[in-house]
Amino acid sequence: MNKIIKTAYIFIVFFIFQQLPSAAEVNIYSARKEALIKPLLVKFSEKTGIEVNLITGKADTFIKRLEIEGKNTPADILLTVDAARLVRAKEKGLFQEINSEVLNKTIPERLRDINNHWFGLSLRSRVIVFSPERVEAEDLTDYMSLSDTKWRGRICVRSSSNIYNQSLVASMIVHYGIDETEIWAKSLVKNFARQPKGGDRDQIKAVAIGVCDIALVNNYYLAGMLDSGQEDEVSSAMKTKLFWPGQDKYGAHINISGVGVTKHSKNKKRAIQLLEYLVTNEAQEWYSNVNYEYSVNPKIKNTGVLERWGAFVSDNINLSLLGKHNSDAVLLMDRAGWK
Amino acid sequence: MTFKKFSESFYSKLNFKLSNFNLALVLLSLFFCIPLIIICGSLFFPAKDVWTHLFDTVLVDYIFNSFALLIGVGFFSLILGVIPAWLISMYKFPMSRYLEWAILLPMSMPAYIIAYSYTGAFDAAGPVQETIRELTGWGYHDYWFPEVRSLGGAMAMLSFVLYPYIYLLTRASFTEQSVCVLEVSRTLGCNSVDAFRRVALPLARPAIIVGLSLVLMETLADYGTVQYFGVSAFTTGIFRTWFGMDNSLVAAQLSAVLLLFVAVFLYLERRSRTQLAFHHTSSRYSPLLKQKLIGTHAFFAFVVCFIPLLLGFIIPASFLFDWAISAYSGVFNKDFYILLLNTLMLAFVTALLALVVALFLGYTNRNSYSFINKFLVRFVSMGYAIPGTVIAVGVLIPFAWFDSRLDDFLKLHFNISSGLLISGTLFILVFAYLVRFLTIPINIVEAALGKIKPEMDEIAKTNGLSHINIVKRIHMPIMRGSLLTALLLVFVDVLKELPATLILRPFNFNTLAVRTFELANEERLADAAIPALAIVLAGIIPVIMISNSISRSRPGYE
Repeated sequence: MNKIIKTAYIFIVFFIFQQLPSAAEVNIYSARKEALIKPLLVKFSEKTGIEVNLITGKADTFIKRLEIEGKNTPADILLTVDAARLVRAKEKGLFQEINSEVLNKTIPERLRDINNHWFGLSLRSRVIVFSPERVEAEDLTDYMSLSDTKWRGRICVRSSSNIYNQSLVASMIVHYGIDETEIWAKSLVKNFARQPKGGDRDQIKAVAIGVCDIALVNNYYLAGMLDSGQEDEVSSAMKTKLFWPGQDKYGAHINISGVGVTKHSKNKKRAIQLLEYLVTNEAQEWYSNVNYEYSVNPKIKNTGVLERWGAFVSDNINLSLLGKHNSDAVLLMDRAGWK
Repeated sequence: MTFKKFSESFYSKLNFKLSNFNLALVLLSLFFCIPLIIICGSLFFPAKDVWTHLFDTVLVDYIFNSFALLIGVGFFSLILGVIPAWLISMYKFPMSRYLEWAILLPMSMPAYIIAYSYTGAFDAAGPVQETIRELTGWGYHDYWFPEVRSLGGAMAMLSFVLYPYIYLLTRASFTEQSVCVLEVSRTLGCNSVDAFRRVALPLARPAIIVGLSLVLMETLADYGTVQYFGVSAFTTGIFRTWFGMDNSLVAAQLSAVLLLFVAVFLYLERRSRTQLAFHHTSSRYSPLLKQKLIGTHAFFAFVVCFIPLLLGFIIPASFLFDWAISAYSGVFNKDFYILLLNTLMLAFVTALLALVVALFLGYTNRNSYSFINKFLVRFVSMGYAIPGTVIAVGVLIPFAWFDSRLDDFLKLHFNISSGLLISGTLFILVFAYLVRFLTIPINIVEAALGKIKPEMDEIAKTNGLSHINIVKRIHMPIMRGSLLTALLLVFVDVLKELPATLILRPFNFNTLAVRTFELANEERLADAAIPALAIVLAGIIPVIMISNSISRSRPGYE
């Protein structure tokens, strides 16, 4: 019994300890995984002495949490890995306008909100990965052509519950309208080699072993596999090739990881300081070196795999539109039978 | 029955005495009901458009898959749980002493982790099929191999990690059964199969049902596995509607429908056994002599008990171990120990609190005939069927509301801001765990109390024992095994819990499950293997301890 009381005691002390506020701090709700953001935050703390508190999780649940917490929310910053979620947070009135010359100067206009409620921090593209053994690169053009009957049973892609697919379809809606996109999605589903399952790396592996011939994935997954140092990952990735879709039309679909300062932030100044740090050259280079994402700052040079892949034409629609058409995209994929 | 009679009996049921205990019970259960009430409250807001869309497109699929999962997982986990429980309680065979607890090990494996490791190993790109292709020179399309990531695969994964719930409860029940009943059945000409089928099994029915309903509720609430396998189950629907369509109202309504379904199932099951009693009718306990099996019998018994262990633990753990070795360096730093400590502490505190609350509810309920009491306790014990994410939001809403009111009040009168006092602390997280996991101890305590004949209390009273002494000297020794079981189950469940933890944990606070998920979700299986194994290891020690103590708790144990 004594032991039980002791343990309970430790727990209470621990609990109180958690409550103590610290002097200079910034609180982040992050949809970006700890391993992919913490190192940058640690560097920021070392430089400025500002402590950064972090909870990682899913963007949607953080948006809900911010809504419920209202004006008392402890969070200063919401970080997401998709533009549509930033737009949703803005629509719900969770962000505030930030006027920072540094941010405005570094980040191109189409990669931030029109009212400066949110800002892109890193870029990725959803590309086609194909098997050079079974597919001629000449046969590939853009996303639209993936509905062609010649791809029957040859395409792998993950579930439509995944936000990257939702955003891709949202961008198709922007270019082609709902009706045409729905016809496209229905034919695309017929071309699936299997029911959607797994993550993006899974689709790449599936191409490598011949489950399917082409797959739609975010490009940093392929780069990550090539650089993973693990034999099976590397050899799978080596059996595939990257294709930039839509180079002579709308360009390759891009998305951002991004960030906004919450409306009821209690540390606004420090939050902006952190945002400005995240677009410094040092931080931006870290994104591309560690996570194989492109910098939002066009002046930053790519290295390694990204450099080898070269420049590409990216779809230049305003990313706010991805958020605007997110629900349409989900309903459309339901109707098309995209699981 | 005339209306008058009906209303009379209804009101007499309502007219319960508000003794202090009863009041406390009502308040306490109402407190734990709040999130569930919020979820059900959503049903009063119409959302026809979205429902029409769901009916037209995906709902049938969701319902079919969820039903299939329930049936498949129910069936397989019964087989994997009940038969070994019987063999191990009644017989001695090679390794049976170790299998007794080893069979429980899969319990500490989160379902989505075993899903990841089975996929990693047996999927088309995994080492097993790779080897097949290398040896035979076949291509992917030249042979057939069962697809891991499928409806059937999801059934298998969930059954492999959930059967221990049934095994544990059923074994505890077999162990608590009076040997005399079984001996009588033998003298009446039952062979051992008959004794199992006609005596032990019916007597263990409440325990088996409790185990099975836990398994089924967990199956309904699972999101990680079905999502990874691309199986569109009911939970997929909940999260798609919520996140994809940004409609948390309909998501809550879908959850409420899930609750109603579970409520109806549990009600029907209960009604089907209201006429039956499961008390021990013999009060004589004699030491249990386990029969020793030899030859082929012993071999088969061993195999039957070994298979669940192999599928649910040895295979996935060995793949995890293999990956863990490749990513071993630099993991065991200070951060990792904090992670471990956090996780263990949360699990321990929650398990203890859950047991205390359940005992209180169980006892108050046992001594009352109030319709409302019984209803409330039943309602509280349905949280297990609701996905953790939904529970978390149901918990956040009232606490954030309370915090805001408090903050406003303090600002107005004292000019102090309390901010969010409770939301965003560990308290709210533990509360959410309780809402979700109280199901386990409530059911187990209730089943255990149900087996204590009311006459026993009467006799003890006439012998001058006080209430407290009746509980301490008569009930506790009888229920010890069950209570430990409840403690263990909640402990292990909290170790594995992910969705509620992900939303509700305070800043800079992580658990092993969160770490595992983050790495596995990034498809970094090798790195995820170490925290995953740590969850398993953290679960093993209490599993062994409690398993031993359950076998010792058998009446007549020497």
